Parts: sequence; C-alpha cells; structure tokens
Amino acid sequence: MADTILNPVAEARGPRPKKAFSRANIFIYGTLLLVSVYYLLPLYVMIVTSFKGMPEIRLGNVFGPPLEPTFQPWVKAWAEACTGINCDGLSRGFSNSVKILIPSVTLSILIASVNGYALANWKFKGSETFFTILIIGAFIPYQTMLYPIVIMLREIKLMGSIWGLVLVHTVFGMPILTLLFRNYFTSIPDELFKAARVDGAGFWGIYFKIMLPMSLPIIVVAIILQVTGIWNDFLFGVIYTKPDTYPMTVQLNNIVNSVQGVKEYNVNMAATLLTGLVPLVIYFISGKLFVRGIAAGAVKG
Amino acid sequence: MATVSVKDLVLNFGAVKVLRDLNLNIPTGEFLVLLGASGSGKSTLLNCIAGLLDVTDGQIFIDDKNVTWSEPKDRGIGMVFQSYALYPQMTVKGNLSFGLKNAKLPKAEIEKRIERAASVLQIEPLLDRKPSALSGGQRQRVAIGRALVRDVDVFLFDEPLSNLDAKLRADLRVEIKRLHQRLKNTMIYVTHDQVEAMTLADRIAVMSQGIILQLDTPNVIYNRPANKYVAGFIGSPEMNFLDGSLSGAKADIFETDDKKIKLSGYTFSEQNRSSAQSAILGVRPEQVAVNDHAEAMPVTESVEVELVEPMGADTLVWSTFAKQPFRFRMEGTAIVSPGDKVKIGFDPAKASLFDTDTELRL
Ligand SMILES: Nc1ncnc2c1ncn2[C@@H]1O[C@H](COP(=O)(O)OP(=O)(O)O)[C@@H](O)[C@H]1O
Ligand SMILES: [Mg+2]
Repeated sequence: MADTILNPVAEARGPRPKKAFSRANIFIYGTLLLVSVYYLLPLYVMIVTSFKGMPEIRLGNVFGPPLEPTFQPWVKAWAEACTGINCDGLSRGFSNSVKILIPSVTLSILIASVNGYALANWKFKGSETFFTILIIGAFIPYQTMLYPIVIMLREIKLMGSIWGLVLVHTVFGMPILTLLFRNYFTSIPDELFKAARVDGAGFWGIYFKIMLPMSLPIIVVAIILQVTGIWNDFLFGVIYTKPDTYPMTVQLNNIVNSVQGVKEYNVNMAATLLTGLVPLVIYFISGKLFVRGIAAGAVKG
Repeated sequence: MATVSVKDLVLNFGAVKVLRDLNLNIPTGEFLVLLGASGSGKSTLLNCIAGLLDVTDGQIFIDDKNVTWSEPKDRGIGMVFQSYALYPQMTVKGNLSFGLKNAKLPKAEIEKRIERAASVLQIEPLLDRKPSALSGGQRQRVAIGRALVRDVDVFLFDEPLSNLDAKLRADLRVEIKRLHQRLKNTMIYVTHDQVEAMTLADRIAVMSQGIILQLDTPNVIYNRPANKYVAGFIGSPEMNFLDGSLSGAKADIFETDDKKIKLSGYTFSEQNRSSAQSAILGVRPEQVAVNDHAEAMPVTESVEVELVEPMGADTLVWSTFAKQPFRFRMEGTAIVSPGDKVKIGFDPAKASLFDTDTELRL
C-alpha cells in the first residue's frame, strides 16, 4: 500500500521529459550560485590576505592572490602576537580552549544522557514537571543569569578558573542535551527496556549495556553541538575567566581589536582562520553522522 | 512449577482506570490465554504480573509468595514480547546469556543452558548472528529462548506471534503448544486472535475494559458464552443476534417478529427470568443447517439469499430471518446466488440466550 502512495509515477509511461535549462532551473541555480559567492568571497579574501606581507596589503588589491606568499602572518598569529602582557600568540588561547572544551563536552554529555535515560525510561512522580522546568530553563535569557553566576563562582572559588567555565558550560548545555537524549531514548522501543528488566539488569546495567551502545548517532550529534557551541563561545569566556585562562575566541578578539600600532590585517586573518578551524574540521568529518542523528532524535517526542 | 494468582488488582494510569478489581487464579502448569480487543488491558495485566508496572491496589502471588512489590527478576518469570525486543548490539548468544550473566551464574552453567535452549528451539546455527541478520520467525524463537534459559516456572507471552505472517504464525503456534506439553510450566499468553486462543488454551480469560468477562475452557467459552460480548467476540463469522422477548408460563418461548421459538432442550443458566422480558437469541452461523439437513431441526424457515461470500472450504450466506440480518454457512461446493430460496434450520438447544439489558446469559 505504501508503495502506491510513494510511487504515484508508476502509472506514467515513456521517458521522463528532460529540461535541464528550464526557466525554473536557471533561476534556482542562479540564486544558489549568487548566495555561495556571497558567502565564499569573504573566506577567499581572508585566505589570500593571510598569506600576504604588509607591504603588499597596503597596495590595496584586496582580491588579488599573494604575489610573494609568506607563512609569517600564521606563525605570528599562532606564536608571537601580543595580547596585554602575554606575547605568545593564540597558542595559549588554543590550549585554554582545549582544556575547557574536553571536560565540558564530556561532562555535559555524560550527565545529559543519564538525565535523558532516566526521564524516558524510569518515569518517577513529577518527572514530567522536572523535564518541563529544565526546558523552560533553556528559554531564560543568558543576560539575566550572568551576574548571579559571577557571585556563585566567586563563592565556590572557581571565578576566573577554567573549571568555573567548565561548570557554566556543562549547566547551560543541560536543557538541550537532555531533550535530545530523552527524545532519542523515548524512540527506542519500550519492550527492549522491559526485556532487560526481566533479565535482571538494573538502572546502570541497562544504561551501559543496552542504551549506550545504541546511542552512537545521538552522541555524535551532542558532541558536534557542544564542541561548536563551546568553542565559539565568547560571552561566558570573557566574563568568567581572566587573561591567563582566556579561551581562544576572547584572545582572538583581543588580537584583532588591539589598538596599539598598525593594524596587521594578515595576522588578524590568520588568527581568525586558526580559531575557526576546530568547528570546521568537526563539520567536515561528521556532517553525515550529524544529519542521521538529528533525524533519529526527531522521530518521537 | 508454580501457581499464579491475582487478587483484587487495580491499576490506574492517572485518572484512567485500566484494571478494575481483577481476580485470577492459575493452577500449576496451566496454559492460560488472555483474550480481548486491543486496549482491553491484557498487556497491562501481564506487565503487572511481570513486575514491570507498579500496581495501584491489590496483590499478586506466584507460587503462594506475595510478589506484588518484587523486582521482575526475582519473580521466577520469563517474558516474550510482540516486537521480539532482542538486544540489537548483542549476538544471539549474547541475548540468551544476558540474563544469566546478570544473575552471576557460573560460565559452564550458562553454556549448558544456552546449548539446551538452542537445541530445543533449533537455533544452534544462529548463535553467532546479530538479531538484524535473522528473519522474524527466527527472532521470535530467540526471544522464546531468552525466556527458556532462565529456567523459570512461569512464562509470559505478550502477543508473540502478531508481527509474523500467517504461515509462520501457524507454525510457531504449534511449536509453542509443543513447548508447553514438554516443559509443563505455567504459561500466560496474551492475544487478540481467537484462533490462537482456542487452539492453545487450557482456559481462556476474555477481557474487556479492564475486567475478565469469562474465564473457562475454550469449549465452554465457545458453546456457552457468559454474555453477549463474549458471544460476539468468539467465533468467526460473528454470531447472529435476534432481538425478541420471552413468553409462556415457564418463560421458555422466544418470540421474535411473528415467530415463536420453543426453547426446548436449552439449558437455562438463569432461573429468575420472567415471561415478557426482552431477550436476545444468539445463533452461530456454523450451527445453522441447510436444505436437507434443515428438515430435522426444531426451527425451520425458508429464506432468500441476499449476498454470497465464498471462502473456499465453505460459503457464507447473508439473508434475513424474522426481519433481522442472519448469516449462515453452506458447503464450499454449494452453488447459490442472490435471490435463491434456501431452507434453513437450527436447534435452539445449542443457541445462546441473553438478557437485553444486562447482556448476561439467561
Ligand atoms: N502508560 C500508559 N499511560 C496511560 N494509559 C495507558 C498506558 N498504557 C496503557 N494505557 C491504556 O490502558 C489501556 C489498556 O492498555 P493495554 O493493556 O496495552 O491493552 P491491550 O494490551 O489489551 O491492547 C488502553 O486503553 C491504553 O490506552
Ligand atoms: Mg497489548
């Protein structure tokens, strides 16, 4: 039955009329081309500029390829550029960001997956209310929470440290990640869970032996969301850390916006590209898995 | 071996009353089928017995031990589900051993039990496969095996054959029956399929809206249904129901339209019936005799054929009796067409009489 619905063309005969250059197609592809140029042009400018020396940049030919390609801007951006009193380039920010990223992503996903599992499979009195409150939490504007969190972090002596920021990222990732995992676990047939209970597995036994091994797609989605979100974060980083512990984004901003001396466009471009590299790599290697996981999580509410 | 009994069981989902004061006693070794339409509460009852749902009120005993609040694993039950519910990331062997490993059984014992179950169910060649590489019938065999290796006294089945195609369903049905004859453990089997119920059960419990309407052997359920719902639910095609009323000094005459049917030979269940009370007479299509055979019947009538449904072995004919729709069965070889006159007859002693208001058997 589904076949006949999905295949209404079954009745039509003869070769399908081909119209590669129909008016609609020209319009669609034309628009797509225009939009891609609009987005890719700045990237192109950034890349070519980052390989030019300052004298060449002063000539003002923004779109021209580098006449004397040089890696110097990249080296400077990575290892020599100064922000405040530190002159070790973005490398410090990079290592800070990595130190923030890894525990934040790991912790938030671990906790959220257990949350989602408990909310989907071990419904307790008030679990729906709990879930609703958690979701509402995602809609409260960050701005209202910024200062209370400063006080909280100060009280627990984590203000300015990397672990304070890790805590903030973990907490703020909770609503969306819990939702993601809850929906995914709800879509796993209930009978599987019941079978495991009859087989004598408990809360953690079912989580580790049955549920987790089935959750790879949704874990990939969660990793992508968290890695890009935390890596790109600027606001929390600038507020809850100090110059020594600034993440890469904050340091990038300080390099690009530094007011002393001449503006080194080539270094700025290289620094920006370096900072954007991590999310970019993540997207490229996991695009397919990401789509699959999102689709799996969306099956059932 | 174990008995199962359920006392005054109540289960509510919020405001929805799914099971109402349900009582059920199952002796050791019985094959009990819970039969009812979808949504009647069969799975809910089974899940309560398994310990997968917290009951609102009432008690559950397995082998005289109160297990109302015990964990599923401590109840001595094994369960088989409609969707097979095999652990997808484990091999067949992993599926079979999962429960035994949780119970911390010694390795040798686990091997022994898997070997035995695999040979009973003929799944030895499949042991190293993943569930995704199995057919539906094989998956359900493995699911049964998972209950089998637990070496339990009570088996619970929740519509285990509903996802299979007709041929496999018939094959596996026979296998389950064989398994019961061999193991002789107590089995509780949920289904909405009356053929499965009739063929497998020692006793059938017909459920509707959270209560058990009748609990008896397939024979009694079929021949002496306790109420109109059970009568209509069991048997295919459905029983004919004729509206009418009782009359006569002993209230043993059924009047419908202009017909008076003497209920001679009918075993009344209800002595407190009154003359002139309205009633329903139920006659199964397969209990109606046709043509030459009709002559011998206490009630006979010549009716006009309205619609013919050939079904191979026999033919279902739609007609009108006492101004009400009336279906009956003829031989598959019979040649009839709409407009033909056919002589029919039936024996009221084998029919079922119900009160119009309470729908209970009279
Ligand atoms: N988790 C639940 N929450 C609310 N209502 C439920 C739940 N599970 C089952 N029900 C309701 O309980 C009734 C009985 O369900 P069930 O036992 O699954 O029926 P059956 O197995 O006989 O088809 C149905 O009306 C169903 O809607
Ligand atoms: Mg059910």
